[in-house]
Parts: sequence; C-alpha cells; structure tokens
Amino acid sequence: MLENFAASLMTIEGFAFYLFSVLTIGLFSVTVMSKNILYAMTSLAAGMVLISGFFFILGADFLGVVQLVVYVGAIMALYSFAMMFFDATRDIKEKNTSNAVVFVLGGMTALVLVLMFAAPIYSESIQALYPMHEGVGNAQDVGMVLFTKYLVPFEVAALMLLVAMIAGIMLAGKKMDDSLTEDMSADDEIMIEKDEK
Amino acid sequence: METTLAGHVVENLPQVTATGVIIKAVIILAVLSALAGFGTFIERKVLAFMQRRLGPMHVGPYGLLQIAADGIKLFTKEDIIPQNANKLIFMIAPIITAATAFIALSAVPVFPDFTIPEFIPLLGGTFVPSIASDLNVGLLFVLGMMAAGLYGPLLAGMSQSNKWGIIGAARTAIQFLSYEVVTGLSILAPIMLVGSLSFVDFNDYQAGGIGSWLIWQQPVAFILFLIAGFAETNRTPFDLLEHEAEIVSGYATEYSGMRWGMFFIGEYANMITVAIIASVVFLGGYDAEGALGWLFIMLKIAFFFFLMLWVRASWPHIRPDQLMWLCWKVLMPIAMINIVITALVILI
Repeated sequence: MLENFAASLMTIEGFAFYLFSVLTIGLFSVTVMSKNILYAMTSLAAGMVLISGFFFILGADFLGVVQLVVYVGAIMALYSFAMMFFDATRDIKEKNTSNAVVFVLGGMTALVLVLMFAAPIYSESIQALYPMHEGVGNAQDVGMVLFTKYLVPFEVAALMLLVAMIAGIMLAGKKMDDSLTEDMSADDEIMIEKDEK
Repeated sequence: METTLAGHVVENLPQVTATGVIIKAVIILAVLSALAGFGTFIERKVLAFMQRRLGPMHVGPYGLLQIAADGIKLFTKEDIIPQNANKLIFMIAPIITAATAFIALSAVPVFPDFTIPEFIPLLGGTFVPSIASDLNVGLLFVLGMMAAGLYGPLLAGMSQSNKWGIIGAARTAIQFLSYEVVTGLSILAPIMLVGSLSFVDFNDYQAGGIGSWLIWQQPVAFILFLIAGFAETNRTPFDLLEHEAEIVSGYATEYSGMRWGMFFIGEYANMITVAIIASVVFLGGYDAEGALGWLFIMLKIAFFFFLMLWVRASWPHIRPDQLMWLCWKVLMPIAMINIVITALVILI
C-alpha cells in the first residue's frame, strides 16, 4: 500500500495529482473555515483553478479550460461582485445555533458523497463509456457526445438558462429607463422652462 | 539522429524537451519583463510625438536611460502596506496579475523556434520551441487565463480598504466580465471557420499568403476582438479601472514600488498577448510570408502595440454607462449576428 503510494508519487502524473489534491482540499478548507470574506473568496477561486489541473492530468484539456473559463472567469467573478456589498476587511460573525448539528449534517453529507463516488471504483474498475478517439481533438469528442447522446438534457439546460435570463431581465429591468444617478426633477424643470418658452 | 545532453533522441523533426521548454519560459519571462520597461519608454515617446512634446529627454541620449532610472526607482521604493488592509491578499494581488499574464503567454507562439548551436557548452543542440506549451485548446486557454487575471485588480481593490480601491475593483468585475463575452463570441467565428482551437492550426489555415488571411473573411470579428482586447487589457478608451480623473488610481491607489510595478508588467504582458492573438488568428500567423515569417509576426505585434498607444493619444476616456452600453447593446449583438451569418455560410 505504502510502496504503491511512494511509487505513484515518483511519476509526474502522480506527483501532480497529490500536489493538486492537497492544495485543493487545503484551499477549500480555508473557504469553509475562514471568517474573512476575502480569504474565503480567494481560496475558493484558487481551488477552482487547481481543479482544472485534474482535467489536464487526465488529458481532458478542453474540460480543464472550460473549468477555468466558466468557474474562475465567470461564476467566481459574480460571487466576488456580490462581495462588493460587504466590508471585506472585517471578520463576519456566523449565526450558528448549534455547532454539533452543523458538524453532523456536514459530515454525513461528505460521507454519503464519498461513498457514492467511491462505490463504483471499489466494485469494479471504471470503464470509459465514451473513450476518446485517436487523432480527434478534445472539443470534437465532447461535442459529439453532447449533440447525440445528451442532446435533450443539453437543450433543456439551454432552455432553463433562457428562462432564468428572461426572469433576471424582468426583475432588474423594471426601472431601466430611469437614471439612478441623475436627478430627474432637474430634467423636468428644464422641460417646463422649454414649455414656457 | 543525434543525442542531446538531456539524453533525448532528436530526429529530423526536433523533439521538444523539458530543457527546451524551461529555456523558453526563461526567455519569455526575461524578454517580456524587459519589454514592459521599454514599452513605457516607447509609450511616453509616442504620446509625446503625437502631442507635439519631447517626452523624456534628460536621462541619457533621447531619454533612453529613463528605463533604467524608472527601474531603479521602482526597486528601491518603500513597499507600503496600509494599516487596515488585508495584508496577505494585498501582497498576493499584484503577483496574480503578473503570473496569469505570463501563464497566458505560455500557450501562444512567442518568437520563432530555434536550436541552440552545438558549440555552446551544456545547452548546445537543445531545441527551443516557439510555443512553450502547445495545447490543443491553446486559444481557449489563453482567454481563460486572461479571464483569471481579473482577480489581480479585483482582490487588490477589495483588500486595501480604500474607497477608490473598492470602486476600481467593482469596475474591474463589470468591465472584464462584460468584455470577456465579446472576446469569446468574436473569436468564435474564426474558430468555426478553422475548426480548431490550436494556434498551429490557425497558422496553417492561413498559410497561402495575404489573400488567405482570416481578416478578409472575418473583418467584423477582427474589429470586435480588437475593441474587446482594449477593454480586457485596460487600455485607454476603456481604462476605467484606474481612471485617474475620477478614482485617483482605482485598484492601484495604495500600491507602491515593485508591487505596483507587477501590475504594470502584467498589463504590458497582456497587451502583447492580445497583439499576438490578433496577429496569429486574423493576420496570417507566424510563417505566412515564408522564411521571413518571424520578422513579419514581430512587425504585426509591434503594429498592434503601436495601435494601442495611438488610440490612447487620440481618444478620450468613456463613461462607465457608455462602456456597458457599448458592450451589451452594440458589440454583443453584432458578435452574435456575425456568428449566425458565419454558421449559415459554412452550412451552405
């Protein structure tokens, strides 16, 4: 067991895997434990970058880059935009009624997730349902599966995003024609003066 | 067949070795850090020329040694960290900007590939590739890395507990997020034509001389990409992040010395990255003109760099609401229409 670990640590892939694993878990722990918003946000973003490293190790360059663009570039940036409304330099006070409940619930969820993902590995070796084709790029392979086998979920997801987008525009766009910065009454006065002339 | 010192067998088509990649990385770091310094001198001189001034003249002939003077100043300045700032994040932020800018450069072709001559001890015969890390999805990787670069200004602004910094950080988030959309959509049309995300394929696609350059097929995408590139590198009509007339220096207000210098180096490295992408994707790549291809790509990159300075000298800043109007109501719809038309043309 220990020899296997040492041997895998010696290879480039193994070393990179363990390095990324330790760093990712460490950074995400900081995200959960830290009381400072800035630390939590920075470590979450850094962890997202490191997760893309796993995709690169597995040879899934395209998915790795998508992880970078989507999670680091878009989703985390939106989180951080929400953080603008807080005082980032001050520690926050969490309102936990009971630490034990949080610990048990969190621990149970983590345990269930580990069991869920570990079960297929333990029972039989994982088989690739859609192995990569030789000489075809990563993006093409993903696209082929996405537009044949998973076309319906893909389209449904697109529709849901469209619905969410329209809802967002409806919610935010009610007062779109009014300027928040300019004093509208000043404009009215100008209009009245024009009318009088 | 010959064997290099690293023990790798080199065939007719030279093999990329770890040594070669490391040498390449060192070259990129050294040359581009120096170029950032030289870039400031060029920028000041070009701006002065366009505004009928002299620019830096006192240090050295024609002010050439101004670079050295600025460098000494940056390195020896006191590194001030504000009392109420989040010190760790404040210290990390400039490194993020510089690091992401240079990581982005690892996937684009910088300088031609060459083999170090045999007579040089230790490293003789090592093949140094043009692209440090030739990814299949190089184009997306560069865009993703430049997207990750927004954390530099963002965290810098948020950690320094300074009003101007916070406003600068908020502007970073909206500007970079919005213009990422335009960059991605505008470059999607050429990607659809070429059918690949690799810079090598883009280069090969345009191998037939000036007539086969993608700019003739995708002029709209080219202009959109340039505009979005200006916004993503924080260049003058769109430099709202550190708009000195409004928010002092934005996210960089509290920075001094080499930490400020790292933001600067990152910005110049990003400018060069955008110039390289524009040259390779739209203007024929790195060996379009045969044996002298490497010279022409340098000229193209230099032209884009000059264009950025030229625009800075010619155009005023725009307001934040104009920036958002331009992105979401003008550029993004045009980019979408361009993609639809390109798709229709490919289908027919």
